[in-house]
Amino acid sequence: MAATGSGPKNRLARIGTWFDDRLHFTESILPPIVHAVPSNAASWAYVFGSATLLCLVMQIITGICLALVYAPAADEAWKSLLYLNYVQPLGWFLRAMHAWGSHFMIALMTIHLVQVFMFGAYKYPRELTWVVGCLLFILTLAMGFSGQIMRFDQDAYWGLGIVVSIIGRVPLIGGELIHLVLGGPIIGAETLSRWFALHVFVLPGLLLGLIALHLWLVVKIGINEWPMPGRLVTRERYLEEYHQLVADEGEPFVPDGVQKDVVFAGIVLLALVTCAAVFGPAGPNGEPNPTLINTLPRPDFWFLPLFAIFALLPPYMESFLMLAGPPVLILLAVALPFYSNLGEKSFKRRPGAWVLVIMVFLILGVLAWLGTFSPWSPHMSAWSGVPTPVQYVQGRTPLELQGALVIQNKQCRNCHSLGGEGGLRGPPLDDVAGRLSHDELIRQVLQGGGNMPAYGKHLSPEQVTALVAFLETMVRGGQPPERNSTEPR
Amino acid sequence: MAEEQKAPTMNPPSPPSVSRRFFLLKLGVFLNVIAAGLIGIPLIGYIAGAMRRKAYNAWIPLGDIKSFPSGETRLASYTNPFRVPWDGMTAEIPCWVRHVDGEKFQIFAINCAHLGCPVRWFRESQLFMCPCHGGVYYADGARASGPPPRGLYEYEYELRGDDLWVRGGQIPSLSAGV
Repeated sequence: MAATGSGPKNRLARIGTWFDDRLHFTESILPPIVHAVPSNAASWAYVFGSATLLCLVMQIITGICLALVYAPAADEAWKSLLYLNYVQPLGWFLRAMHAWGSHFMIALMTIHLVQVFMFGAYKYPRELTWVVGCLLFILTLAMGFSGQIMRFDQDAYWGLGIVVSIIGRVPLIGGELIHLVLGGPIIGAETLSRWFALHVFVLPGLLLGLIALHLWLVVKIGINEWPMPGRLVTRERYLEEYHQLVADEGEPFVPDGVQKDVVFAGIVLLALVTCAAVFGPAGPNGEPNPTLINTLPRPDFWFLPLFAIFALLPPYMESFLMLAGPPVLILLAVALPFYSNLGEKSFKRRPGAWVLVIMVFLILGVLAWLGTFSPWSPHMSAWSGVPTPVQYVQGRTPLELQGALVIQNKQCRNCHSLGGEGGLRGPPLDDVAGRLSHDELIRQVLQGGGNMPAYGKHLSPEQVTALVAFLETMVRGGQPPERNSTEPR
Repeated sequence: MAEEQKAPTMNPPSPPSVSRRFFLLKLGVFLNVIAAGLIGIPLIGYIAGAMRRKAYNAWIPLGDIKSFPSGETRLASYTNPFRVPWDGMTAEIPCWVRHVDGEKFQIFAINCAHLGCPVRWFRESQLFMCPCHGGVYYADGARASGPPPRGLYEYEYELRGDDLWVRGGQIPSLSAGV
């Protein structure tokens, strides 16, 4: 240890020793850095955890920079975002880095989670590492959502409205809980301050603490070896086999095991900078003024599946599923290593794991895709802004043309499409006469039903006659119109 | 290392010093529990201060009834009385005023009963439509279609002279109404 002699190298070594005699780094920090890891774990599949951590570091750096300018007050926040975008030098770039950093972090964390699941890394003895990882996943999503609130625009305002409405479904104490979450009776100044405190103090603090625990567990138990098909995990032999593997084929984490992590970190940073520079910052969209009601609130990408499922839940059990669904799913995920603890780890011998992952991503993907165009929502401006297809007015009688006008004027097209344009809430009307007879059309228009409002009060008999006359012309070529069998023609 | 481990080893402590040490430990725990209560309870009270009131309601003027023609449904807004100065525009709360006829009104919250998004009025079809999940309501606020579990939230109102007053102050929800 002691350095002797003169020369700059030795002097440096002496200074190093002086500090180490006091800090004791070589016996505390150094061992985990150079600890032996299985050489087969130094794989490209194992780079996503460190990349997620790298994203968090970037988020902290860019987050602190944004906090230098951002005004976390309801009356100024939106303006300070515009200031950041257009006035503050490189403010747009910092905002873009922070927004894209959050996308990268959630994406990499998801890949990390899937890799850990597919490689059976959650099994004995790494159960607690998985549990802490699940909590980190939830906290990161909470950071994403609260970050979206920091972008205090119309989406943030009405996103909070959705939170309020979900909490309002809690029995007995729903009203009080809303006031707790909002910091008052309305979405306002104290709401933003509350969520700001969550986003910059509480959640990051929890994240850092749990990451320390996560890394502690990874170092103490040892990183998962590359799972070999047929090498089953048993409580009696696993630790012995693992230590033998590390003794036989181990290599120090630094500098050997970390090489691919470093390369991937560089790739992630370059991709992040590129996305930030090319695509720019996220919003803000319209100012958070609740009286501006011509808005189309949508959450950020990661919450689109949730947004979509709220439209598709069966109404009779909607409140129950909204409140009980997430805790049950989280519990199932967190408890995974306790009902799948031993045995096969390799993804080559766990077809069920493949089915589960593919199914979950198909469901999330389809929901997110539906969320992007929301077929369940009326197309608010279709009635006045979408043309009637020429072929549907050609050769029509004056009565039928009058009906075509009724369809536009009464805003039917907000929910029904003609020629592929208009709302998707109700069925397209291009072939409606092939499905409904004359009487059925009248009944449907007047009484509604099947999720259609009744128009009986708001249409005159003349309008109904014209409307139905027009609709009766709507049959696809070759298709016979629907008829009432009691009236042979 | 071996030497370091030996160093802290002490002789078995004598009984009187044990009891005094434990006395101080007990006293210390006691004092800290008291302090934790004295700090913790106000802390919780501070954070949960907004929960003390079950409902926030006050009478608020909405304007001259002449600005709400009979048979029409119009967008109105009021400044929430439970506000702080830095609420900014978020304290401006919109609502739909339907003048049925004479002195009969209906005043609806802007928020869809499903998940709180702002509903829009379509005069020609006499429907309120929600842009989020497709909730639709009739002119009288009753649910027409879509996922909402009930009709639109309706404010209490009063006519004071020529002015229309509304009783509001909190964001409506299934738990608390308006």
